[in-house]
Amino acid sequence: MLRKLLPHPYLSLTLFVVWMLLVNQFKIGSLVMAAILALIIPHLTAAWWPDRPPIRRPLSLFAYALLVLWDVIVANFQVARIVLFMPNARIRSAWITVPLDLKTPEAITLLAGTITMTPGTLTADMSSCGRALLIHALHAPDPDAVRDDIKSRYEARLKRIFE
Amino acid sequence: MILSYALDFAIGAFGLCLVLNLIRLFTGPTLTDRILAVDTMTVNALALVMLTTVRSGSNLLFEAALLLALTGFIGTVAYCKFLLRGSIIE
Amino acid sequence: MTFALEIVIAAFLVAGGIFGLIGSYGLLRLRDPMQRLHAPTKATTIGVGTALVASAFHLALQGQGVSWHELMIAIFLLLTAPVSALFLAKTHIFRTFPKSDLPDPGTGTPWATHDAAWPAKPDRINPPS
Repeated sequence: MLRKLLPHPYLSLTLFVVWMLLVNQFKIGSLVMAAILALIIPHLTAAWWPDRPPIRRPLSLFAYALLVLWDVIVANFQVARIVLFMPNARIRSAWITVPLDLKTPEAITLLAGTITMTPGTLTADMSSCGRALLIHALHAPDPDAVRDDIKSRYEARLKRIFE
Repeated sequence: MILSYALDFAIGAFGLCLVLNLIRLFTGPTLTDRILAVDTMTVNALALVMLTTVRSGSNLLFEAALLLALTGFIGTVAYCKFLLRGSIIE
Repeated sequence: MTFALEIVIAAFLVAGGIFGLIGSYGLLRLRDPMQRLHAPTKATTIGVGTALVASAFHLALQGQGVSWHELMIAIFLLLTAPVSALFLAKTHIFRTFPKSDLPDPGTGTPWATHDAAWPAKPDRINPPS
């Protein structure tokens, strides 16, 4: 019954919170409107969401978001230092292939986004079977270390959260 | 007092950003550079709008900022999709 | 208390301006199009993010209550920056980058941008091996 009413609980929760933030004031009327939207929109768009994302541990997803936010700030200082002080001839850019252990599309999407936002790396492409990511590093004297860092720091955590 | 100086500095900085992006938009050798320049310009313009709200002290321009963020992102993706596939909606 | 908050807001504003400038300066000075992608995606996002935090604090300082709009825009920028960066990188690889300069995926299939059959049906992603 509950499953039929709320086919996508996380989507409904997100819609509810986003509507409340958009209205920006706490009123009973906007609460009701948010609840209506959170109930209706998942049903209207059900055709595009065939199955639920399998989040095993929502709390560690939150911890992961905090870790990524911290890394984004650190990443900015590193990129700023490279942009400001490193002469063009000394910047060693590199293409790195990262083989993936993750299987679910949601986890791979999250990993790709994380890589783009964190130190000096940018997701450029995925192999067409979905088992490797192509990454461009702004300044990587040691590409293998970057790959191992991504695998141990982010991918291992995502694997625990999603699989 | 110190706030208004900081505000002036930030508005000037983001204005200068827009000029730098314009230079890249006109010189950029590849098409990707130009799209990137336009994308960065939208984000910088968004920052300018938010700083204007700080200066005027009203919250009226919030919708403009949100729309800039939305249309800027969708515009970038649409350009790229057009160049990648020759069509935007598949 | 008010003075301390003013100092914090001013610090956020100055940091935002500096990071925005670094992003745009990087866009101008790096020499390779792939390198140029790095500067705006990171520095500009944090620059605008700090400007948004300053704006949110400023409204609180004026006694208008906490505004959540700035938080929404910041989250939206953080979520969309990787997507537009990925699309720009794909466009660059597709249009101007020589195919032979890319490393091998190591999976027996080409990179998705060079695969004419992409976008694939969902069952082609992660086939049972």
